[in-house]
Amino acid sequence: MADPMKIRATLQGDVADVRVLMAHPMETGQRKDASGNLVPLHFIQTITAQLNGKTVFEATTTQAISRNPVFAFKVKGAKAGDKLSITWEDNKGEKRTDEITLGG
Amino acid sequence: MDVKRRFVLRGAGAAGAMVAAAAAGLVKPSAALAAPFNKAAHEAKNTADAMKALGITSPAESKDIVIKAPDIAENGAVVPIEIESKIPNTESIAVFIDKNPFPFVGSFDVSKSGVPFVAIRVKVGESSPVRVVAMAGGKAYTTAKEVKVTIGGCGG
Repeated sequence: MADPMKIRATLQGDVADVRVLMAHPMETGQRKDASGNLVPLHFIQTITAQLNGKTVFEATTTQAISRNPVFAFKVKGAKAGDKLSITWEDNKGEKRTDEITLGG
Repeated sequence: MDVKRRFVLRGAGAAGAMVAAAAAGLVKPSAALAAPFNKAAHEAKNTADAMKALGITSPAESKDIVIKAPDIAENGAVVPIEIESKIPNTESIAVFIDKNPFPFVGSFDVSKSGVPFVAIRVKVGESSPVRVVAMAGGKAYTTAKEVKVTIGGCGG
């Protein structure tokens, strides 16, 4: 089971400034381990963010994203008390969803 | 599923397939929420082929896309890039690192977020233009910024 995401969001008026840190190796498939074997491709390929259950941001990503990805995006129409959930899915079918409530 | 805003599907024939699959009950609603994965774009070995796979045609150079990235990145494995599109009705933002073995970095659907902004951290294998395409009103706009790296970040 993957480590939880760290999601932080600040509200500026009705715009939520969201920053998320994901725990993921984002292997390019080109790196060799200590024994000299290629570590297989393993990377987050889709990300979805939902505000109160409604999709507000989506992405498809490749192994060119750095290890332990950090993303930032903004969502208009947000307010304190809103539930923001973020889901990632990787090329092996592993998934992770984490959620925060805006406005602390 | 509204496929118009998912420019990753245009030109790949995937849009029709997804709609047909959804209609046949083969695509569960939760799977349809995530942006579909475009294998052809992912495996393209140059930016032009990746753009073609994403259905991006004739992007017009635009000064209204702002890329914030270091001129020189000390560590090519973690290069921070911030992108903001000032083009009205920007639906999505796609990023390519021209000289990477596989230039396509990702595409970000900002059509529902209301703010065409994204910040990412990427691997840059060698000094390269970082190219951004913004889709707005069905048209493609583009700009690029050169990032020099002292230590490449793609492989072992």
